[in-house]
Amino acid sequence: MSEIKLENLEKSFDDFVAVEKSDLTIQDNEFFVLLGPSGCGKTTTLRMIAGLELPTSGKILLDNEDVTFLRASQRDIAFVFQLFALYPHMNVKKNLAFPLKMQGFKKSEINKRIEEVSELLRIQHLLNSKVSSLSGGDRQRVALGRAIVRRPKAFLMDEPLGTLDAEFRELMCLELRKLHNDIKATTVYVTHDQLEAMSMGDRIAVMNKGKIIQFGTPKDIYLKPKTKFVGSFIGSPAMNFIPIHHSIEKNQNKIVINGENYDVPQSFGGTNSSINYLGIRPEKMFLTDKKGIPGVVFGSEYLGARKILTIKSEFGDFKVRVSNQVNAQIGSNVKINFEPKSAIVFDGTTDKAIESRYIKLN
Amino acid sequence: MVDTSRSPTESSGFSRKLAALIIIIYAVVTLIPITWIILTGFKSVTSSITYPPEVFFEPSLEGYVNLFTTRTRQSQEYLEALPPPETWYEELVRSREMVIAGPSKFFGRYANSLIIGFGATFLSVFLGALAAYAFSRFKIPLKDDLMFFILSTRMFPPIAVAVPIFIMYRKIGLGDTHLGMIILYTVVNLSLAVWLLKGFMDEIPREYEEAAMIDGYTRMGAFFKIVLPQATTGIAATAIFCMIFSWNEYAFAVLLTQFNAQTAPPFIPTIIGEGGQDWSAIGAGTTLFLIPVMIFTVVLRKHLLRGITFGAVRK
Repeated sequence: MSEIKLENLEKSFDDFVAVEKSDLTIQDNEFFVLLGPSGCGKTTTLRMIAGLELPTSGKILLDNEDVTFLRASQRDIAFVFQLFALYPHMNVKKNLAFPLKMQGFKKSEINKRIEEVSELLRIQHLLNSKVSSLSGGDRQRVALGRAIVRRPKAFLMDEPLGTLDAEFRELMCLELRKLHNDIKATTVYVTHDQLEAMSMGDRIAVMNKGKIIQFGTPKDIYLKPKTKFVGSFIGSPAMNFIPIHHSIEKNQNKIVINGENYDVPQSFGGTNSSINYLGIRPEKMFLTDKKGIPGVVFGSEYLGARKILTIKSEFGDFKVRVSNQVNAQIGSNVKINFEPKSAIVFDGTTDKAIESRYIKLN
Repeated sequence: MVDTSRSPTESSGFSRKLAALIIIIYAVVTLIPITWIILTGFKSVTSSITYPPEVFFEPSLEGYVNLFTTRTRQSQEYLEALPPPETWYEELVRSREMVIAGPSKFFGRYANSLIIGFGATFLSVFLGALAAYAFSRFKIPLKDDLMFFILSTRMFPPIAVAVPIFIMYRKIGLGDTHLGMIILYTVVNLSLAVWLLKGFMDEIPREYEEAAMIDGYTRMGAFFKIVLPQATTGIAATAIFCMIFSWNEYAFAVLLTQFNAQTAPPFIPTIIGEGGQDWSAIGAGTTLFLIPVMIFTVVLRKHLLRGITFGAVRK
């Protein structure tokens, strides 16, 4: 298995820059997730690693070997497509044998490998079926099998669970993760679904508008988003933002909202922007009888043990995650408070988080 | 009472029956000439020219015998001096006071038709598939203009350029050759093949060949192993259209072929018996001529029906 390194990778289509100067190292045996909204360049990045797209500039290193301009067939990488791309005119067994035939394996070796893989993925009973007769999950398994059977240097997956229904997706998430633990192959996984990314990835890179904005463990990215975009993209519901209409001083550790003082983590830097945002996760907000931001309950989503309230206030709409014991009728007046220790200040102009005792940028 | 047994989007029983009736009438009308030709092939020479035409007649293979042989008329004494006929067809010919002089040219002309028809069809589909794939997948400068240019070769009847082609073919020695006819029919068919196949290729998701390329195949390998098998529908439909054209083409065949590469269409009407056209032999020749293209169409019919509705259903 192997390490994948992107150096200064850039791709433009005519005037449109799909991927901008990206550097990234994907470590050996790592399950790496590229996460971002649609059109952010994550699939383009993956296709460049695969060799289906050639970069405009920059380098791709696979195990320290420069593969930037090698053909896809010469890279020894497997790719799982969103629509699986199983060859419809072949049965499952032939689909699995297809990549092996090209490499000139003996028939006995091909059969042995197919047996191994089908046992691993529990598809032995499907080997003679037609691809068109398989269910979504089985197709997914066969597509994975076709990737694994070759024992490539790395796996690339382009939203492979995107077409499955929710229940099945969860199951496949677990299976994929288990499979990775078993075979320990370097995997690059592209998705727009932050839940998938959080539950499977060892590390996540968040992309937006062709740029890699942040990468780190799921926990890091959730708790310490480097930009307002990451804060709002990761987490369901998204982070809440309270606008602050003044600049932030260096070493400031208090912020006044609605006449009340909040002890936020002491900032190391400052900003001259006239508008900044205070980011707070929905679970760090709560309803209160004492001091707080007044608002009106606008919506309430019941989620079993918890519920999510949407509250309209003069500072914008907030999502608050509360216990379902909390009684809040729609239309009633409430006050919201929050735990200031995990609050992050985002510069309104640059979108970046301001370094503080709580969040350090590197 | 509302009939709830059928869905509101289905047609009613009456309109279906009406549609079936119209189709049957249309089929009967169009099949009459073909039926007549096939019947004529089984008439004797005298029965084929009687007036009013005979609908019920004594079947005879005279037409088929005449089609495959050349004969000479002999005197009664000469015929009596011969040893008794060895085969049924010799007997049939002698009963008309003739002897078989040798085989006719029909077999050779028929073989020419097969070679040229299948050759041109194969070449059109093969080249068409390559061009269609390129147009479908690659960034080609002036792609739309090129596609229009290819189509424009069919905006006039091909025979309009007969004279320049005739002169050109004579100069470069392609006149009356199999290769010349195959090239000519391929050129005429190619625009149809490219346009039709491009539509089919566009429908095939790129992921399939990308998967094959990642699996270690070259683009050419992926094209032959993955793309072509999935374009079977389109290839079958295109092949049928090309085959029907090349098989039936008459005008260029008359103009450009004479001895070596003459196809069946210009040959059949020239079958002359004693005292004019030998209608039963012409009927027999036409019947045999219908067979290959019918078999070809029936074999590929399954794909044709799916193919003509291309674009309507994905994959």
